[in-house]
Amino acid sequence: MSTDFYREGSPVADTKAPAGPIAERWEQRRFSGRLVNPANRRKLRVIVVGTGLAGASAAATLGELGYRVANYCFQDSARRAHSIAAQGGINAAKNYRNDGDSVHRLFYDTVKGGDFRSRESNVHRLAEVSTEIIDQCVAQGVPFAREYGGLLDNRSFGGAQVSRTFYARGQTGQQLLLGAYQALQRQVAAGTVDLHTRHEMLELVIADGKARGIIVRDLVTGEISTELADAVVLATGGYGNVFFLSTNAKGCNVTASWRAHRKGAYFANPCYTQIHPTCIPQSGDHQSKLTLMSESLRNDGRVWVPKERGDDRHPADIPEDERDYYLERRYPAFGNLVPRDIASRAAKIVCDEGHGVGPGGLGVYLDFADAIGRLGKQAVEAKYGNLFDMYERITGENPYERPMRIYPAVHYTMGGLWVDYDLSSNIPGLFVTGEANFSDHGANRLGASALMQGLSDGYFVLPNTISDYLADGPFEALDEGHEAVVAARKEVDDRIAFFLGNDGDRTVDSFHRELGKIMWEYCGMERTEEGLHKAIGLIRDLKAEFYKRVKVTGKAEELNQQLEKAGRVADFFELGELMCIDALHRTESCGGHFRAESQTEDGEAKRDDENFSYVAAWEFGGDEPILHKEALEFEYVHPTQRSYK
Amino acid sequence: MKLSLRIWRQSDAAAKGKMVSYEIDEVSEDASFLEMLDVLNERLISEGQDPVAFDHDCREGICGACSLVIDGQPHGPQAATTTCQLHMRKFKDGDSIDIEPWRAGAFPVVKDLVVDRGAFDRIIQAGGYISAPTGTAPDAHAVPIPKQDADAAFSAAACIGCGACVAACPNGSGMLFMGAKVTHLALTPQGQPERATRVLGMVAAHDEAGFGGCTNTGECAAACPKEIGLDVIAQLNRDFRKAAVRAA
Amino acid sequence: MSTDLQSRTAAPPVKRARAPWKPWRSNIGLKIAMAVSGVLMVLFIIVHMAGNLHIFEGREEMNAYAAGLRSFGEPILPHESLLWVLRIGLVASIAVHIWTGIVLSVRSHHARPVKYAHRHKNKGESPNAYFVMRLGGIVIFLFVVWHLLDLTWRTVNPVKEAHDAYGAVVATFSPERWPVTVFYLLALVALGFHLRHGIWSAVQTIAGPGAKWRRRTQAIALAVAVLIVAGFAVVPLAVTFGLVS
Repeated sequence: MSTDFYREGSPVADTKAPAGPIAERWEQRRFSGRLVNPANRRKLRVIVVGTGLAGASAAATLGELGYRVANYCFQDSARRAHSIAAQGGINAAKNYRNDGDSVHRLFYDTVKGGDFRSRESNVHRLAEVSTEIIDQCVAQGVPFAREYGGLLDNRSFGGAQVSRTFYARGQTGQQLLLGAYQALQRQVAAGTVDLHTRHEMLELVIADGKARGIIVRDLVTGEISTELADAVVLATGGYGNVFFLSTNAKGCNVTASWRAHRKGAYFANPCYTQIHPTCIPQSGDHQSKLTLMSESLRNDGRVWVPKERGDDRHPADIPEDERDYYLERRYPAFGNLVPRDIASRAAKIVCDEGHGVGPGGLGVYLDFADAIGRLGKQAVEAKYGNLFDMYERITGENPYERPMRIYPAVHYTMGGLWVDYDLSSNIPGLFVTGEANFSDHGANRLGASALMQGLSDGYFVLPNTISDYLADGPFEALDEGHEAVVAARKEVDDRIAFFLGNDGDRTVDSFHRELGKIMWEYCGMERTEEGLHKAIGLIRDLKAEFYKRVKVTGKAEELNQQLEKAGRVADFFELGELMCIDALHRTESCGGHFRAESQTEDGEAKRDDENFSYVAAWEFGGDEPILHKEALEFEYVHPTQRSYK
Repeated sequence: MKLSLRIWRQSDAAAKGKMVSYEIDEVSEDASFLEMLDVLNERLISEGQDPVAFDHDCREGICGACSLVIDGQPHGPQAATTTCQLHMRKFKDGDSIDIEPWRAGAFPVVKDLVVDRGAFDRIIQAGGYISAPTGTAPDAHAVPIPKQDADAAFSAAACIGCGACVAACPNGSGMLFMGAKVTHLALTPQGQPERATRVLGMVAAHDEAGFGGCTNTGECAAACPKEIGLDVIAQLNRDFRKAAVRAA
Repeated sequence: MSTDLQSRTAAPPVKRARAPWKPWRSNIGLKIAMAVSGVLMVLFIIVHMAGNLHIFEGREEMNAYAAGLRSFGEPILPHESLLWVLRIGLVASIAVHIWTGIVLSVRSHHARPVKYAHRHKNKGESPNAYFVMRLGGIVIFLFVVWHLLDLTWRTVNPVKEAHDAYGAVVATFSPERWPVTVFYLLALVALGFHLRHGIWSAVQTIAGPGAKWRRRTQAIALAVAVLIVAGFAVVPLAVTFGLVS
């Protein structure tokens, strides 16, 4: 194990998770956690950063409970957070299908799907809460798909053998987010939530060891202001945009998390990134983002490539026996529905072997001809119509007549700020929810689980656990003159002044693109010790050049989108380096982290439970991060090599 | 392909703006419209000029951030398509393209092509929700909803809040946006208890925000990237009439 | 500036309309008033048009019809009761229609203060509604004023005898006064377009039909507009071309 780039610190432990039978832990914790008297809640102030599923649901619920909430988002409306783009669905262990589902099975599937790198207690709680989420969303008027009898429809989704996924056509994330957004707006109208759109958090304020506030920039006027409170909740999403090209929205960034990390919050498992198998391939250098096609397409679409290398015939002209349905061939039990990491790597393998289709040979076919033959075009259209339309708009090809071309793209990041069972980071008073934390998905997230986790954290977990911390409040009042506030503001001011004053000649995007290429090449679907070493060197060089040559036009006191980007990309550089170090230190393969050195004879990921059954929680240490290990224990689901054959 | 662009430039809300011409070359027809603007901005920055500010985020047609009026049409010439999903193959080499911000009294320009759509949030705050505090919900199967109703509610709920309807409307009206939310919630059993107060509250907030009235020209529906139809305005009118008569 | 929550009072809840009349001052409320007044006028116009056709029965019958309108309901009701009811109803409808039209137009103007530099052809279901309703409305109003001066008060009509409606019509549309006929026909065209949009728009505003019935309403509106224009146009055309004299 190479320790050139980091040093090891003391181990950490999740001290809040109760012991005892797993099915009783959440109830126990809710009982043991202290409560806040309703009359006292209005004296307690909570900042929530982010208005996605995890942020909006938390802000709305905390507002309903009577806390005074300040909620921030960088978008022009809370409704535009990137949760809106989730297509496929949300899991819940309702067992409405009577197909053998249960809380325990969802728990089991999620732990296994996460390749045994998540905490059992957290995942079990997630599975328990999942059923309440569906109830809550239906009560809000979320128009889930229904059957003719009027009851909710379900489908099975990537990697699951039961139908437990609830959906709203191909726009489940949108509908769930709008439900949370509306609940949030209700609280804004009621005066319990103070919502600030077009504001970006640029620094965390820690006073006397507690997270007490944030420094924000008004993106319209450029005004820097301070918001102080008794607790801070970060619900700021994932960091997939470190790759430049990803399915994330252009604005998604790691800055809030990274600023907290630099102030002492541990960053856990940064190398676990999910590469989604069904995205529209890149078309050229102008590409600014990649578009995901819902994984639900794999329920009816069949994935194949031509057996012949470099076969550039029209797909319809390639006869059946000259096609390689490689997922069905390699994984007969799960076929086209294998988990995302496996499907992605399988695509990479066939393309690396020269079977890829489309520009640059970076694509495989996803073919609906069979489904159209079996179900009829109308039924296929009813299920996937909007996705097909989207594909045609982007590529100019009609997927009813010609198979789609798909290729993997970065989609979700399982890593994030380290949190305990209460969703508290190691900094008291700093809570982290949704994709921004690392907690529930281990090394790989199952389809339709992101929405579940975001809403579980926001509606049900955080509002219950945060009271234990707030019971000690209100904390001593702070003001603008406190040294912690002054110092944090100065950091923000200095950074802005640096970017605007730098006499550079390269655009922020040109650096971001280059960083993204390094990350994709060396820290993407397949990682090697040599490649990661190289990547760390390249990133450090590029970072130095960034600070020397980056050019930001305009002023601080205006809407300045280049300035916003510059700060975000600066943080991506540091994160990218940490991701590579994490990937380098974890010499095993697991879930979304595939080390070429650690694979079975037939090319599947090989875990190393003896040495790596832990969460890698990194403390910021400048050029030399400090590794804290949190050992993972498996009492209920015993680690096995995942097999989907 | 080579294009001549005329883009609305306005340095801030108070400034007087104007259309400014730019020439751009070697645009790939596989690029999206916003990617074409990215390329232009990269060039402007290298030339030391202020890049064009425009709202955008998901770039997959669902967040509703992008908001350009292209050749006089919100989201450009392709039906049922947001600006971010519009691709340059819809244009021809040598085309000249005019790009302007949403124009409406309720959507003041912030900078260049960026407008403030906070008025939409205020309409939702005035009643565009179902009051269901967390934890109070009965089982999801407690109330069956006919599939037709659920599907129709979804179609209305598909609104992305981009504001193209307002931008297209000669009266600067937000009726399609408001109608979509009223219709979505009116079609669910959970939305019934607050149905009357909702519509009255939202209509009042809509007018207060400075949106105009509806003349049923249908420009909104023609511009809607999610193909929300005039029936949501009909539903809104119906619900409003009933609620107002009952309130009187 | 600090945005510390402590120093800030909670935002007031969004106000809901409490006064019962307040909703009716909203854009939709005014639009309903406009629609109802419009529908009343459409009903009047249809009756008016049908009455006009008496001219083809000859002078006696036409004048008898005109006299009948005045004496309708006598002796139980006073002289001209029907006409007064119609007059008051019409004046009220016109006032409401014009007043709401002005208020809504002014609000629209504020709601869309800046025009697009690039004008694109409208593509909605009633693409010219904005134009035909507001400009068309003004043309129709001016026409109504002329029409009253001409055929009701006879100020600009050569035939002054109130009971000779037939003579007045024949005189005003006589071939040598062809510009009057042209103006009348132009006003009718404006009315036709106004009604084609106005009728379905009123139904959309008051009843709010679904997509299927909206299409049907649009077709019905077109048919009614054509019928009314044709019904009104035959009279001056017949006079101008000498079929009635």
